[in-house]
Amino acid sequence: MTLLTLQGIRKSFGAVDVLHGVDLAVAAGEVVGLVGDNGAGKSTLMKTITGIYRADAGSIEFDGKDILQLDPGQRRELGIEMIYQDLSLAKQQDVASNIFLGREPTKRVFGLFPGFVDKAAMDRQAATMIERLGAHLPSISRSVGSFSGGQQQTVAIARALTFNPKLVIMDEPTAALAVREVQSVLDLIRRLKSEGIAVILISHRLNDVLSVTDRIVVLRHGRADADLVTARTNMNEVVSRIVGGGDISAAAAHEQRG
Amino acid sequence: MAPEMAQPGFWARLQRTSVERLHIRLESLVVLLALGTAMAVLSPYFLSLSNFLNILLATSTIGVLAIAATFVIGSGGLDLSLGSVMGLAGVAGAFVAVNLGWPSVFAVVACILAGAIAGNINGQLVTRAFVPAFIVTLGMLGLARGLALVISQGRAIYGLPAAIVYIGQGRPFGVPMPVIIFVLTAIVAHCVLAYTRFGHHTLALGDSEGAARAAGIRVEHHRRIIYTLSGALAGLAGLLFTARVNAGDPTAGINYELTAITAAIIGGTNLFGGRASILGTMIGALIMGVLQNGLTLLAVQSYYQQMAIGAVLILAVFIDQYQVRKESRV
Repeated sequence: MTLLTLQGIRKSFGAVDVLHGVDLAVAAGEVVGLVGDNGAGKSTLMKTITGIYRADAGSIEFDGKDILQLDPGQRRELGIEMIYQDLSLAKQQDVASNIFLGREPTKRVFGLFPGFVDKAAMDRQAATMIERLGAHLPSISRSVGSFSGGQQQTVAIARALTFNPKLVIMDEPTAALAVREVQSVLDLIRRLKSEGIAVILISHRLNDVLSVTDRIVVLRHGRADADLVTARTNMNEVVSRIVGGGDISAAAAHEQRG
Repeated sequence: MAPEMAQPGFWARLQRTSVERLHIRLESLVVLLALGTAMAVLSPYFLSLSNFLNILLATSTIGVLAIAATFVIGSGGLDLSLGSVMGLAGVAGAFVAVNLGWPSVFAVVACILAGAIAGNINGQLVTRAFVPAFIVTLGMLGLARGLALVISQGRAIYGLPAAIVYIGQGRPFGVPMPVIIFVLTAIVAHCVLAYTRFGHHTLALGDSEGAARAAGIRVEHHRRIIYTLSGALAGLAGLLFTARVNAGDPTAGINYELTAITAAIIGGTNLFGGRASILGTMIGALIMGVLQNGLTLLAVQSYYQQMAIGAVLILAVFIDQYQVRKESRV
């Protein structure tokens, strides 16, 4: 079943055309790798899915609904979550505040005043979520900015997973992590897939992409240039589609080493 | 926690508890107590109930402005027009009550509405015209002051009705009305900032606009509400001041934004947003009040008081930045 369908997505910033009509489809429970050179438009494309950017032209359908006109909050409600490359955390706020940002549970105080944030419930659920991810944080009530990169990543992941998403977009989730942490992110992606959650993975680490995805879409010059089934492709082909010909063997050899 | 890390000391733990539970920076409380003690030693008149009420009364106008400054700065914005908008609001209220002769309730509404409109214009310009808040509110500082002078033709408007004057000079149970209104406003503002979704979003927005946007918060809409709220609070401050001095004075509130912003910063508001508490700001406002009251009791010229406030502002930001740099090095 197709969960997300993009058709002819165009986006330009002033005179700079970034996306020239991208088509992309993601099925429920499918893991799709999105690769491409720097400036190919990967992050821009993902932000048109989450609603941070409004596409200039084209259509976006999610779960059978046209979502082009919805704002980021409404798209999150439908089940689209994204883990940003810069994590997009509010660093001076604590773990629960970040996980529940924009969706704080509320209660009435003295049975009278509605709209008060239920901090106790937030802390409890945040702690449960962090535990489920198998992560250890020094303290749940500390500001997120005092954590290490991996710990901050955990908070960003927890935020994306707390509200039962249908699609999780991950932008370079392993770029800043240690080897052991990379493995746990890849394990997490496999777990999401087994729970029927679709994942779009943006990564420069092609080994990660090849090991965890079902399909690999290559973005080149603002177009979806290739759509490869992971089981029937290899590093060489992916690299050659990314660089678009040229000295393929040298580039592939470099990737093999790195 | 890593085993080699030392257990935090008593003071550090007390600091953390204070910040997390009460939203108060312990240092500011220490400064307030030290300042109070010093004044009590230096002046025999300082420690008395009437002087204490004097301090609160003198703090009420600045305190309301400082609440506005706390919301705006906490959200990553800036409002330099607080003092001028306060002056404009007071004149607007006096004009409605005296020149138009309308009932007092309209004058009260006029004060707050005039402030809210000025604040809303600030918000619209910041979020739709993309003019930096510093410039927008600096421009509004001039605009509002000029408009106040135009409306009042450069002269204070006297002869306010008794109901308005009661708001400034009435003393139910011996407590001045402005103090009651100020304290109630502070309690409501504290609950809103510390415990509601609106407050959480305000601080998240000041912390990282990108994170707030990604979380689905309507960032521009939220900013417009904050600037409007700031203006409305400046309007309330204008009402309190006008009622207390029994005149709509177009020069009221000159330089008050300096004191209000200083109070917010001393209280622990991060100058760049993301961290703020009304309780902290109240302590900051009291520090400013005690400082001014004490210097007056000691017969120090008011020119020096102005200098003291400016110096305290720079010192407070210096200490805050010093601590931020120290923490980020850990």
